[in-house]
Amino acid sequence: MTSTDSHVGQDDHNVAVARTAFARADYPGAADAEHQGPVTIFDISVPGRRAVRPPPLQVPAVDANSVLPAGSVRKERADLPEVGELDAMRHYTRLSTLNFSIANAFYPLGSCTMKYNPLINERVAGIEGQANLHPMQPDDECQGMLELCWRTQQVLIEISGLDDVSIHPAAGAHGELTALMCMRAALDDRGDQHKMVILIPDSAHGTNPASCTMAGFSTRELKSNKSGRVDMDDLATKIGDGKDIAGLMITNPSTLGLFEPNIKVICEKIHEAGGFVYMDGANMNAIVGKARPGDFGVDVMHYNLHKTFSQPHGGGGPGAGPIAVRETLAPYLPVPKIERRDAKDGENGNDDGHWFDTIWSSPKSIGRTRGFMTNAGVMVRSYTYIRANGSDGLKAVAENAVINANYLRARLRDVFRVWIDEPCMHEFVATAKGLPNDIKATDIAKRLIDYGIHPPTIYFPLIVPEALMIEPTETESKETLDHFVEVMKALRAEIDSDPQTVKTAPHTRSIGRPDEVAAVKNPRVTA
Amino acid sequence: MTSPTDLKYTESHEWIRKDDDDVLVIGITAHAAESLSDLVFLDLPEAGDSVTAGEGFGEIESVKAVSDLKSPVDGEVVAVNDALPDNLGAINSDPYGEGWMIKVRATSSIENLMDSEAYDKSVADA
Repeated sequence: MTSTDSHVGQDDHNVAVARTAFARADYPGAADAEHQGPVTIFDISVPGRRAVRPPPLQVPAVDANSVLPAGSVRKERADLPEVGELDAMRHYTRLSTLNFSIANAFYPLGSCTMKYNPLINERVAGIEGQANLHPMQPDDECQGMLELCWRTQQVLIEISGLDDVSIHPAAGAHGELTALMCMRAALDDRGDQHKMVILIPDSAHGTNPASCTMAGFSTRELKSNKSGRVDMDDLATKIGDGKDIAGLMITNPSTLGLFEPNIKVICEKIHEAGGFVYMDGANMNAIVGKARPGDFGVDVMHYNLHKTFSQPHGGGGPGAGPIAVRETLAPYLPVPKIERRDAKDGENGNDDGHWFDTIWSSPKSIGRTRGFMTNAGVMVRSYTYIRANGSDGLKAVAENAVINANYLRARLRDVFRVWIDEPCMHEFVATAKGLPNDIKATDIAKRLIDYGIHPPTIYFPLIVPEALMIEPTETESKETLDHFVEVMKALRAEIDSDPQTVKTAPHTRSIGRPDEVAAVKNPRVTA
Repeated sequence: MTSPTDLKYTESHEWIRKDDDDVLVIGITAHAAESLSDLVFLDLPEAGDSVTAGEGFGEIESVKAVSDLKSPVDGEVVAVNDALPDNLGAINSDPYGEGWMIKVRATSSIENLMDSEAYDKSVADA
């Protein structure tokens, strides 16, 4: 499509794109009244209907009241749904079609790295010896899993350029909290109890200041400069004499999808003040295998295995947020840890003659931070992903994630304003600010749903008004990226020609726009 | 958008009105209220609390985001708009009137803050 195309031609083209998007049925259930029927399984319940009718008892019936403690037998019947097997099957199959995942269509949710999760991960995680392990299984019955976790740790250490790893944290924010607790313990240990302040750039994820508060620190905000990077003058001002500085939490690449060119100097300044540098590793997908945080001065970081190392996520987990630390923080990591040693006589070690122990003795450890050592299934999938890609493959992941983001940025910059329009890393931030007809970022997001595409992250980072944060990831083809560009062009034309349709979208789903204010103020958390 | 000319402004979108010699009335600008859109929660300090220039005196939450409310001055809170948490719409409909948040007896100057012209320019440039 060139700028010489006639207006009529453009409109025809837009309609065609819209029709294609709908006709493709990227999202089963689109505009389909059949999918807007009963909401819950209770709505289709009929008294007396059964999926299974068990045979008559072959043993004498026992009165529950005679064998259970008083008060433990319910007096009223449980109000359970009563449906046939086919009705139950159709109900849940229908619900599954109302869901959206990366397996449906494009999912450019910035900062979330919604990459495709290769099926081999599931195949390996499903191997019986791994899938059926119990978390309290003794060491000698789960040597394979301990070795897998230990090997995953070694890879994560290597990619970080740091000295040790803990696989305890169950998510990124849990990793932040665990790391901050280790930092607190290290500061206290050297008599720096008065160091209470963590510096955080204004573009940070909201979890950063929240984790600081939970760990007992206070926070001080760093301003971004015009190019979205840390303002170095403000950094110097906020460090001041450095006496109260416990550290810095920085996301690199930043939430604007930009690499921080001053990162080395920033780390040096924090170190001069006696603080630790924490890196939020949410955006590791842009630099995995290419740049090591330990090399540019970071002391501690978390990984989001569910982002960079391909776990299914978006439905609430499970994830994993391992932290990598420099040796100065290693003594404080949670217990238990996994240690490798030579197998003794009588121990059936691995092929290399090694044995793996879970170790609880670690005098300076902050202790236990969760019920069990790790989300083992996540470790299996990430280890599989890492081994399937190899070191060259992981470098290609970063390269393609960055190329895809820049391709979209270059093709979309004439459609929507890119906030900081310069070469980006794995994502970029556009803005809906200044669009005609009072169209907001949320309107664009809702309208994209009609086109069968998951909306980008909106209204984040907070420093960009009406932000649209777009992260395509490395797993999308050029054809998919081109389709997204065509949809965005069609949507942009609609903003001029038919803003009301955009403002009231989505029109093709089982629900339109929920009342977000009521949902926050008067949440209904039960059926 | 033109902001009232008799007020002072911060980069973080608070407005300040001099009520009498010492007492300052503080709220958030129409631009801030509009950017936040539908508000769902407001946390304000209590009378007697102290505030510090550049640091948070409260929090405001919309369907989009949670933001800190930053104090433009050092001082002591002498009054709080108690009606506001139950009537957040006033911040959107009348940000410079009924939408006021706190009154502060200041111990630092407001001379360095922006006037309406400078504030409107900073919003337009963003």
